[in-house]
Amino acid sequence: MNIIINGTSQELNSSKNLSDIVSTFCKESKHVITELNGAIIPSNQWAGTSLKEGDNLELVTFVGGG
Amino acid sequence: MTDSPLIIAGKSFSSRFLLGTGKFKNKKDLADSINASKSEIVTVALRRIDLERHEENILEYIPAHVTLLINTSGARTAQEAVRIARLAKASGCGHWVKIEVINDSKYLLPDNAETIKATEILAAEGFMVLPYITPDLYTARALVKAGAATVMPLGSFIGSNQGLRTKEFIQVLINEIDLPIIVDAGIGAPSQAAEAMEMGAAAVLANTAVATAQNPASLARAFALAVEAGRLAYLSGLPLQQSLARASSPLTGFLYDDAAAN
Amino acid sequence: MMTLPQIKNILNDHRPESVEELAQEAAQITRQHFGRAISLYGPIYLSNFCSSHCTYCGFNSHNKINRMKMTPEQYRKEMQFIQSQGIRNIIMLTGESHKHTPVSYLKEATQIASEYFQGIALEVHPMETAEYKELFAAGVDGITVYQETYDRARYAQVHLSGYKKDYDFRYATPARAAEAGMRHISIGILLGLSDAANDVYAILQHLRELERSFPGVEYGISFPRLRTVKTESLASCDVDDVQFVKIIALTRILFPRVSINLSTREAPRLRDHLLDIAITRMSAGSNTSVGGYTLLEEKEQDPQFDIKDERSVDQIVKLLKSKDFDPVFTDWRHIENSV
Repeated sequence: MNIIINGTSQELNSSKNLSDIVSTFCKESKHVITELNGAIIPSNQWAGTSLKEGDNLELVTFVGGG
Repeated sequence: MTDSPLIIAGKSFSSRFLLGTGKFKNKKDLADSINASKSEIVTVALRRIDLERHEENILEYIPAHVTLLINTSGARTAQEAVRIARLAKASGCGHWVKIEVINDSKYLLPDNAETIKATEILAAEGFMVLPYITPDLYTARALVKAGAATVMPLGSFIGSNQGLRTKEFIQVLINEIDLPIIVDAGIGAPSQAAEAMEMGAAAVLANTAVATAQNPASLARAFALAVEAGRLAYLSGLPLQQSLARASSPLTGFLYDDAAAN
Repeated sequence: MMTLPQIKNILNDHRPESVEELAQEAAQITRQHFGRAISLYGPIYLSNFCSSHCTYCGFNSHNKINRMKMTPEQYRKEMQFIQSQGIRNIIMLTGESHKHTPVSYLKEATQIASEYFQGIALEVHPMETAEYKELFAAGVDGITVYQETYDRARYAQVHLSGYKKDYDFRYATPARAAEAGMRHISIGILLGLSDAANDVYAILQHLRELERSFPGVEYGISFPRLRTVKTESLASCDVDDVQFVKIIALTRILFPRVSINLSTREAPRLRDHLLDIAITRMSAGSNTSVGGYTLLEEKEQDPQFDIKDERSVDQIVKLLKSKDFDPVFTDWRHIENSV
């Protein structure tokens, strides 16, 4: 399936859940924040969250800032 | 003479120097600067994870006891700032937020009106809100009403290192607003930080000056010392600067004339 | 803002230069903020019925004076006279009596005064916010209420009975008037009642507090010195001229924009010199008796206090012009007060 992650289109195996996706794309899941179709998904719900075609996922973390 | 601690939203801090974590060459410099300055509050921002590169997480370089102040930088409206704050809260890294709403890429001046709106929403949701503004008394009063924990007026344009260009306006806030006033933006040298503290500011935040110094950790320590010195000077009661009246005709000679008593 | 010890030091500084230094600084600040404009106003005493017993006042309830309360016809005549002298800002005073001069009486007086004057202020008994709102809507722009002294013990000693006995209600009056929308609020202390330094410190704190809570109001302050009433002296803590000048100067320095008023209790000489230092508002052609302008002969009059400066409006204007001051009778057009 095709989903949009951080603004770019990604081709993914549809059996992957949100937890799998975070592991794939993020070095560590510790300080990752996910927003799926505008809604924040807490980390304890990642494993139980499946994705569908056309979903919009934001993976955000902390960086240096003023 | 010892100072009382800085209290923000009921939490006690012994350092009055806040450090921003942006623009550092590398994360080790950042860690060293935090250690050298003994800052207890640092700002961080939220960004999309870079899917191609695996970067180390900045939080690994910030000691656990330090309070994270999430900066809503990137937000151009109140709604965007609120979204960023809620995202940060979801990470479980606390709910201290510096509201920075900027819709101006030329001067990077904050939008005071949008900042007030964001403060109202986020304070009601239980965030500790530290709003960043162009110093303005009406805005500051509205922020007090909205539930802000501090007010953070800019000293001069972000990154300009120009110091306290807005000095008189910051002084008005210090005089009139019953919240800690934290001078943020434009602080380019420890002497400027000391100046802000001498005026009665509760704390100072600096970022660019430290991050872009040749020896960041060393400058961070200098800032911390300057903030301490300025605070001590303020507490000691600096002598009032006399506005020397121009010599002109005497006004009270009549009191000593042997004229008829009233 | 000065501390009490700082104020004490200033008042106790016996060097002759000390008052001159303060005066120079005060003068500079006054010119900077007020230019050379001096606002002129006149008082009218509508009634001397009073239910309070204040030991220092000519109108106190225990004093045997001819009690009088003017009818609308009577005070209209007085107002016409005052207006004919040039006055456009009036302050209407009464003794403190809810019974004789209730809100309805004051409202009617305000409506009639509006025919003759642009600015109307009241110096009457302290009222509730709702009453001030009513009066504001009727056309009152300003309220004057003096705490007299902030020394509670002394306050209790000199205010023996009546509503005025309630220190806290009186203290909160300026705030209630501000809440009701009044644009001008004046406070004051009666120098001589109690220790000057303490009272000066207290009133400046009160002013600072009011400024903080109600920043849109224009504040005024006055330091009447306890004077003789029919030549009987009443002061217990005398404030001499040097101290008096220092108090006014330091008030100006600490509050650059507050209007400082000097009443006709003070002699012409002192009034004239204080104009050069910090005074921005003064009364002219005043009479402090009910019906004193047109209705009663001088020997029939019972003044609230003895006037030392008896100069007419014309004489005051002449004096001001001779010193290059700008006498201002009205500085704004009347607009409808909306609550």
